[in-house]
Amino acid sequence: MLVQAGFSRQTRPGGGGLDQEAEPEDEEEELPLKYGAKHVIMLFVPVTLCMVVVVATIKSVSFYSEKTTQQLIYTPFTEDTPNVGRRLLNSVLNTIIMISVIVVMTILLVVLYKYRCYKFIHGWLILSSLMLLFWFSFMYLGEVFKTYNVAVDYPTVAMIIWNFGAVGMVCIHWKGPLQLQQAYLILISALMALVFIKYLPEWSAWVILGAISIYDLVAVLSPKGPLRMLVETAQERNEPIFPALIYSSAMMWTVTMATPADAQHSEIVSDEEAELNGRRAQPQSRQPRSIPEDELEEERGVKLGLGDFIFYSVLVGKAAATGGDWNTTLACFVAILI
Amino acid sequence: MTAAVFFGCTFIAFGPAVSLFLFTIAREPLRVIFLIAGAFFWLVSLLLASLVWFISVQISNKESASQQKGLLIFGVVLSVLLQETFRFAYYKLLKKANEGLLALSQEETMPISIRQLAYVSGLGFGFMSGAFSVVNILADSVGPGTIGIHGDSQHYFLSSAFMTMAIILLHMFWGVVFFDGCEKQRWLAVAAVVISHLVVSCLTFQNPQYISSLVPTYIIMFSMGIWAFYTAGGSLRNLKLCLTCKDKDFLLANHRPR
Repeated sequence: MLVQAGFSRQTRPGGGGLDQEAEPEDEEEELPLKYGAKHVIMLFVPVTLCMVVVVATIKSVSFYSEKTTQQLIYTPFTEDTPNVGRRLLNSVLNTIIMISVIVVMTILLVVLYKYRCYKFIHGWLILSSLMLLFWFSFMYLGEVFKTYNVAVDYPTVAMIIWNFGAVGMVCIHWKGPLQLQQAYLILISALMALVFIKYLPEWSAWVILGAISIYDLVAVLSPKGPLRMLVETAQERNEPIFPALIYSSAMMWTVTMATPADAQHSEIVSDEEAELNGRRAQPQSRQPRSIPEDELEEERGVKLGLGDFIFYSVLVGKAAATGGDWNTTLACFVAILI
Repeated sequence: MTAAVFFGCTFIAFGPAVSLFLFTIAREPLRVIFLIAGAFFWLVSLLLASLVWFISVQISNKESASQQKGLLIFGVVLSVLLQETFRFAYYKLLKKANEGLLALSQEETMPISIRQLAYVSGLGFGFMSGAFSVVNILADSVGPGTIGIHGDSQHYFLSSAFMTMAIILLHMFWGVVFFDGCEKQRWLAVAAVVISHLVVSCLTFQNPQYISSLVPTYIIMFSMGIWAFYTAGGSLRNLKLCLTCKDKDFLLANHRPR
């Protein structure tokens, strides 16, 4: 998980503000420590909430922890074989397929972004968020009602889902109160994680989780990594990267930004692939930027890619589903926070 | 009845710890981070101890009850020793981190003192330890069922909750005394912490007779509490000033008139 803490650059009237530009290098390392602690905590809360939602659902709604023979098309090899070796082989193959799908999708996204096919990307994101907000939440609501044996008529459900979905689309893709947006982001990350927990066979899930961490490191740190290129392109063009795929703990108001209006509005989670792709947080540079923003109040919160939310929630959810034991879940939770 | 037992036991076990957290730690992000790091260190020590115990159980004679009991005692002692070792390791880590912070910092003072770290890390250990002891029991107390229907003690849930509360508070006191002992090179204090931890853990072997395990544990807890209070710089005078709201520093810090 790459979390970069931006620091608030408020210049107080009267010039008494912190002049970040003139400070020597080693003090900059210390400042993120002071500001970083606060921002790390600001991230703990949504990650915790997402995990709580996932664990609560897994423990109460049995649908998501039932064994199913249905599998995602991304993991075609079944794990029903009694032979251990074969099962291991199948899970590794599943992982390879899944990771290659993710890599291909990421590269596709980067290429589209580089060639400024914004409309295509937005269409894709909107389609995916539509699916998530309406279809998956309908399924979820249905399962919850089934578990608690509550009889609800279709018109009521239609109204609930319509309202939920419409407000979600507006909030995520356009403007909305920050907390509502954060709540929606958490909810759809949780929904996504639940789908993964249900449809990924067990061994594949653990191998995929391991492989994704490695991919993470490679994609972000290596200079040719697609995610790094995405971020660098965005920084060159001075645009925020699809704030949609990223959870941010504060709004970013930069009036002098000359970005196309659409880029500001694309928000939130998309497809499984695109989500897992947009996992990187925006590595904001720690060097003070020499942009004349002295008149502006710019408060950057921390950003964390939504894929990370999902990744962690899948981890904790799988732990909660496989062991009936709360200790395992708790241990995973603390380990993730660290 | 089950919901009442669940909530009651949860509040008994975690009440003091959570209120300590809310009032003293929740506002300071740095303290929260060190708390969670402390919890993580405890978790790792438990992992190691359980690995050893697991392996030794696998290679032992599963039929013999006395051997299993012996293994359990061995497991408990090993776990305690490992926990204290990890407490020491955490202390070393924090000292190093503190030095680093001080070297980089513009200001002369460190953002967090070693005493606060002792308190926070002790509480972190306590939280994790308490959670692992009691969470499964709490989960079971919600469900349908009757405790002790086969003739076991009726007071299982309640005494587990009380024991957990004692352990959490004890970990906090041990943390304070331990770190202070390490700082001032008073190894007697450190040894006392280890020994009292061993004693409390071994007392739980008395367990269906809860009186004989709970009462000594609470006595040890109160004495450790008093020791930790004096170690942290408290005194009867301080206490009196604080309780009668005449403590100037406290009042100034909270902008309250006398």
